[in-house]
Amino acid sequence: MAGWKTQPAATIAQPDPGIFALSGNWTVYGIGRVEQRVDALASTQGAQPVVIDGAGVAALDTAGSCLVQQLLTQLRKLGAKPELRGWQPDFLKLLELGERPAPQPGAPLPRFPRLDALGRGVLAGGVQIYAGLSFVGDVVLTLGRCLAQPARLRFRPILYNIQSAGTSALPIVGLLAFLLGVVVAYQGADQLRRYGASIFIVDLVGISMVREFAPLVTAIIVAGRSGAAYAAQIGAMKTSEEIDAMLTLGISPLEMLTLPKLIALVIAMPLLTVFADATGILGGMVMASSRLGVSFADFVDRLGLAVAPASFMVGIAKAPVFAAIIVLTGCFQGFRAEGGADSVGRQTTRSVVQAIFLVIVADALFSVLFSILGL
Amino acid sequence: MEPAQQTENVIEMRGVTTRFGAHVVHENLDFEVRRGEIIAVVGGSGSGKSTLLREIILLQKPDAGSIRVLGEDITRISEAAALDLRRRWGVMFQRGGLFGSLNVLENIGLPLREHTDLSDTLIDQIAALKLSLTGLEADAAKKFPSELSGGMLKRAALARALALDPELLFLDEPTAGLDPASADGVDQLVLKMRDTFGLTVVVITHDLDLLWSIADRVAMLGEHQVLAVGTMEELTHSELPAVREYFEGARTAAARRRAEHEVPLAANT
Repeated sequence: MAGWKTQPAATIAQPDPGIFALSGNWTVYGIGRVEQRVDALASTQGAQPVVIDGAGVAALDTAGSCLVQQLLTQLRKLGAKPELRGWQPDFLKLLELGERPAPQPGAPLPRFPRLDALGRGVLAGGVQIYAGLSFVGDVVLTLGRCLAQPARLRFRPILYNIQSAGTSALPIVGLLAFLLGVVVAYQGADQLRRYGASIFIVDLVGISMVREFAPLVTAIIVAGRSGAAYAAQIGAMKTSEEIDAMLTLGISPLEMLTLPKLIALVIAMPLLTVFADATGILGGMVMASSRLGVSFADFVDRLGLAVAPASFMVGIAKAPVFAAIIVLTGCFQGFRAEGGADSVGRQTTRSVVQAIFLVIVADALFSVLFSILGL
Repeated sequence: MEPAQQTENVIEMRGVTTRFGAHVVHENLDFEVRRGEIIAVVGGSGSGKSTLLREIILLQKPDAGSIRVLGEDITRISEAAALDLRRRWGVMFQRGGLFGSLNVLENIGLPLREHTDLSDTLIDQIAALKLSLTGLEADAAKKFPSELSGGMLKRAALARALALDPELLFLDEPTAGLDPASADGVDQLVLKMRDTFGLTVVVITHDLDLLWSIADRVAMLGEHQVLAVGTMEELTHSELPAVREYFEGARTAAARRRAEHEVPLAANT
């Protein structure tokens, strides 16, 4: 068997000004070297008749015939009249195949590419915001309909989602909140010791944890863990026409896919946040006793005074809002997937980035609101 | 080696056995493909057609037996030899397998870009030529696979399978999900490719029109074996009841009538 690698490569020679002699294997693996030589030879050729001698060509395929056709076209453009000679009949047939003009597709470029891109970007942003708002509206309407007829709520998926987005997230949320508690206490320890106010470590860790850090870190982990999963699942279903199938069967995708996730996470997030509160404060306690000598008993004693119930409730109240943001962003971006695997990946990335962004924006708005309310 | 070049086998499977757990797909299966022929593989669902194809194109290993493709024993092949072999065949998957992030022209040019040292201009020209060979309009070149209809998708997938001018072409259900006119177009295309390039073509199909019009031989899978191999005429008169049953019925009769007399369907009634 003559392996394609051992073949002699294609060559082109000019033994006489009026003759191009081709030899070797004019195949896809053989013509790599000869391509530039073909160009060079063709451009130096004047407007006289020229013979393309193919007697030495051992093999030809479509790639080779494409290159030969390119040579012929170039010569014709220069006014030379190329003539094929000595080619095997099979090869001539192949050359005819390559003869049809290669299509030169391509839309005209815009006059001001940057301006064009900016305009398209703004338009796409506007369309997305509009679509997002109508998606939220749709979900609210569907939720209203389902609450009016509670029999339509799907309890099994709700319980399943509580488990997958809530219970399964306990270890990672707990660990990260614990480490966050350690970090906050560590940062505060030095400053407080300098003023002899070591016991205020309890206020620092307790208040910052229950008001801000626990809800925020929980939301960020859940957005990365479950929000991404929602977008990927719905996106894959969209591209495989499962969503279309659902619609034609008279099942609302929002009712089947989005509502259970929404209800489940609205229930699970506050519980996760309470858990993060506890492990975060535990982290602070461990750090306080090792760096500041504040015993566990003193810490717990002080905790009841330092952290008002209102602070705790403020933190918990944010959780359902964050949950709704994560579910709605994930599902919305999932439903916007179209085409193939590529688009699912893009929408998933987008859902996580937007969810975390919106969660932090919402947190900032909460801070303003609570300060106005004096909480 | 036999002096007769025509009867050279490009694929030889001997005593191939495949199991998924307790489920037996192939048991001691023998199968040959000759150079230059269009051979169709048929069989009921679950008879192991796709597994057979996947084993030949190195996507799956059989549990026992030997498979030779283009002279190489692929059951114990080195990575380098496998790569060489992969460049010598083209595969068209049932759902196209086109990359969603690339447009049609880039999809066809991808194997050329990966495996040859040709310039981008020439690669685009070759890709455009393959595209027009498969009968796609030039404006399909810049489209993405998600924007193509089923028939266009199959043609684009075929163009990519042909990108490196392979010696062997594998087609998995090339006409499934196409309208009769498009299916006919694909049939004729495969025939044209074989005649132009001297390709050997292995087709997995259920399409009786395709079987009658372009297959030189048909291999029927069943009972973990190749039940019968032969021309359509031979198989429809087979002594094995399972084979006859598969091909019998009105649809076969209609397809044969059309192939024999070239009578348009509408004129029949």
